[in-house]
Amino acid sequence: MKRKVFALRMNRVLCFITVLSILLVLGNKGMAKQTELIGAGATFPYPLYSKMYDVYHKEYGVKVNYQAIGSGGGIRQLISKTVDFGGSDAIMSDKDLAEASAPVLHIPTCAGAVVLTYNLTGDPQLRFTPDVIADIFLGKISKWNDRRISAINPGAKLPDMNITVVHRSDGSGTTFIFSDYLGKVSAEWKEKVGTGPSLNWPAGLGGKGNPGVAGLVKQTPGSIGYVELIYALQNKMPYGMVKNKKGKFVTATIASTSHAAETNLPDDMKVSLTDSDAPEGYPISGFTWILVYKELNYAGRSEEKAKELVKLLWWMTHEGQKNAEPLHYAPLSKKAVENAEKLIKSVTYNGKPMMK
Amino acid sequence: MLEKDIKDISVELEYPMGMLKDSSTADFLAKVHARVKARWKSGFSESSFRRILYCAGICVLVLLVAIFFSLVIASLPAIRNFGIWFLSGVTWDPVRSEFGAFPFLVGTLATSFLALIISVIFSIPLSIFLGEYSAQGATSTFIKSMIELLAGVPSVIYGFCGLFLLAPLVRNLEMKLGVAPYGVGIFTASLVLSIMIIPYSASIGREVISLVPSDLKEAALSLGATRFEVIRKVVLPYAGSGIIAGILLSLGRALGETMAVTMVIGNSNFIPKGIFSPANTLASAIANEFTEATGSLYLSSLIELGLVLFIVTTVINVLGKLIIRRMGVGV
Amino acid sequence: MEEPSIRKRILWDKLFKVIIILLTFCSILPMFFILFFITSKGISVVNWSFFTQLPKPVGEIGGGISNAIIGTFMLIGISTAFSVPVGILAGIFLSEYRKGRLIYFTRLCVETLQGIPSIVIGIIAYIWVVVPMGSFSALSGGVALGLMMLPVIVTATDETLKLIPEGLREASLALGVSYPRTILKVILPAGISGILTGILLSIARVAGETAPLLFTAFGSPFMSLNILKPINNLPLMIFNYATSPYPEWHTLAWGASFVLVALVLGLNLLTKFVTRKWKVQF
Repeated sequence: MKRKVFALRMNRVLCFITVLSILLVLGNKGMAKQTELIGAGATFPYPLYSKMYDVYHKEYGVKVNYQAIGSGGGIRQLISKTVDFGGSDAIMSDKDLAEASAPVLHIPTCAGAVVLTYNLTGDPQLRFTPDVIADIFLGKISKWNDRRISAINPGAKLPDMNITVVHRSDGSGTTFIFSDYLGKVSAEWKEKVGTGPSLNWPAGLGGKGNPGVAGLVKQTPGSIGYVELIYALQNKMPYGMVKNKKGKFVTATIASTSHAAETNLPDDMKVSLTDSDAPEGYPISGFTWILVYKELNYAGRSEEKAKELVKLLWWMTHEGQKNAEPLHYAPLSKKAVENAEKLIKSVTYNGKPMMK
Repeated sequence: MLEKDIKDISVELEYPMGMLKDSSTADFLAKVHARVKARWKSGFSESSFRRILYCAGICVLVLLVAIFFSLVIASLPAIRNFGIWFLSGVTWDPVRSEFGAFPFLVGTLATSFLALIISVIFSIPLSIFLGEYSAQGATSTFIKSMIELLAGVPSVIYGFCGLFLLAPLVRNLEMKLGVAPYGVGIFTASLVLSIMIIPYSASIGREVISLVPSDLKEAALSLGATRFEVIRKVVLPYAGSGIIAGILLSLGRALGETMAVTMVIGNSNFIPKGIFSPANTLASAIANEFTEATGSLYLSSLIELGLVLFIVTTVINVLGKLIIRRMGVGV
Repeated sequence: MEEPSIRKRILWDKLFKVIIILLTFCSILPMFFILFFITSKGISVVNWSFFTQLPKPVGEIGGGISNAIIGTFMLIGISTAFSVPVGILAGIFLSEYRKGRLIYFTRLCVETLQGIPSIVIGIIAYIWVVVPMGSFSALSGGVALGLMMLPVIVTATDETLKLIPEGLREASLALGVSYPRTILKVILPAGISGILTGILLSIARVAGETAPLLFTAFGSPFMSLNILKPINNLPLMIFNYATSPYPEWHTLAWGASFVLVALVLGLNLLTKFVTRKWKVQF
């Protein structure tokens, strides 16, 4: 009798262990057959990427897991080799490239605009000049009804409120683009604060990611922050017109962003679009890039994965581009796509180019 | 293993013979099973079992030591670069690679102590109520379960509620006071923290208070003291060190709390100017910047923040537990 | 010194009582608020599609939390697998040998481990698992959570087994049962309610942890059963969605909070039930 009971129990235990191990093995094998690509980085293009990868998954069945942790995060994780690609709107610094110790390609995927969004009653349409923007973010202009702001906004009702600056608390390509612009138009900014994805902000609140900044501005009356255009649009927040180099007040649109992208595009596509010379160009625009190692055989990655990655990059710069405009990103110009194609074709696995 | 043994086992255990017959995997499984069974029958020898126990115990020790050393080794670049001035440096500038932990120390201490003061206002009366006035009965059980629930709610939910329910209220308050209407900042973070740590000091306080010998209390009562006076002059002095230990433990919890604080503290790497300013604590700075620390100095500085946090919380927790143990409370 | 009149003293006494009762009820008010808000905002979101759908891309309405729920269970599974065997054995070790330097230090270590902030555990899991593996994974998240569960299980096992009278052990040994068998088949089952309580409580604690997963499990918009890949889970999702500016994501976060709170409170209730049903009285 005892043996019977023991046998029954043993059977049950064995069955359970078998089922569990089958599940685990299946989970590993089954999912592994389907390549999954892991990427991390910028929140700037996140609405576009999440749409693109959803479409890509439905069409090709390949899962692309992109976590928007900020451009700084994308660069860091790429250097640590814990991801397959990084997303960044900040160009990698020489220090970072040295730490990566292998060539990293910057493949552009689209261009976007960094807008100044604010929270004032009545959602007035405001205009900003470069020096005013710099001084607001330096903390020198502290009230909304400051003379300098009302001078360029004659019709607007500006309240006697303190300006609450909202900036990024994490390493951000959006910050990079914004500070690159401010460094070009304000000598004081260039000296005091400088350009980079993480800055020693002189004033204000920090939000995590573009969503964090948008969220804080939306909830804090009298605040002003800088976000990618789509975040202001999706949250129905007002954003200001900015005076460009040629003296024109320009609103951020797909057209004005594309104009700003009509500059000389170098082969490695590491170019800044801020303070552009284009007469209709929006001055705070920038490319956003996918960062990949040129040689994809690192940290035990398979050739299969390298092939999938290259396929993904090709799709993002060609068929995937049609997802850009509905989300208010400027698609790549013909010249940009050509340069991107050259870069993608130079990606190798064990020295062998992945795409001819 | 002989064919005969396999047959024996399958008969004994009433396995379908077919399952054990052909494949080599089944053979192997049967062998393993037989061996384990033989061992089981004779019992693992006592010494090998004791050895296993010993290993498990050592494992725990080794784990802690390994954690400490991992933190130290990973922070070496920062330690070598900044030395002890890391703790007093007031600038946290990733652009210029200048890292000083002082703003985070201020943020951590400010929020934790403010939270402690607010929570003590509620947890001591709570312990007195549960220990003295209502030690048994439905109300007591109800309140005790509520306190347990408070302790059980995950930190991220506190942060979420703090962000959406508390921050707007604080924003209104700030607008009335004429201060910048951030809504987030040290004040909000301290409020949320204080609610979170009430259960820890309350439960320990309640236990020590209920341990006060009743003959002491009855002696005082028979001498004509009111309940209030008994509590004030007999119970509290007796349970005093236990209550303090409970408060220390809740302080330890507050220092290390990450998620709720990150969501409502405003994320500014500067020394906060006032109670309504945004700030960062050691924990929230790590949470915000860890995934993107570019450059090994940046990363090791963040890990050094973790090391500092580890040391501070350990010291406070061990202190609290030692006091409790001396008081004889089984926690 | 003049003695305050008896009436004054009684007044103070009554006043004190009133203040205590007031403050006590004030301190449990936040619990009511939190439960009320989460239920009212969350329950309207919870429906069948909420549980079975994957999250949708940014800006699109709908979507659910299916991968987060599976991820939560997977992470709990991995961490339990790591921490329960070692934890119970270490707890037995502590309760069997009661004296000695080693025991004292081990106990101290366990208490220290319990007090380590969860973000520091996350850093450790990053250093120990993510970097060598070269990728974020559910495994690293499970290791982090397992490290957090370990001290609770050790303490619970130790405390429970300490309470079992010596007589039981000696009776078993006197009957000729071998030492390992005595421990595993006599003592341990006697303390099963306390040990199970410890396990359930530690699960309840880690089910809601987010900080250590920020840079280990990483998050994912897809369903995954693979422990070597990143994974999503409930608290991580709540954090990401709550700090975003999209109202649709906020609604999802309320629903997910409701599910998470229900899960954690359910585990706590289960603990009470286990204690009552399986507690062995001596």
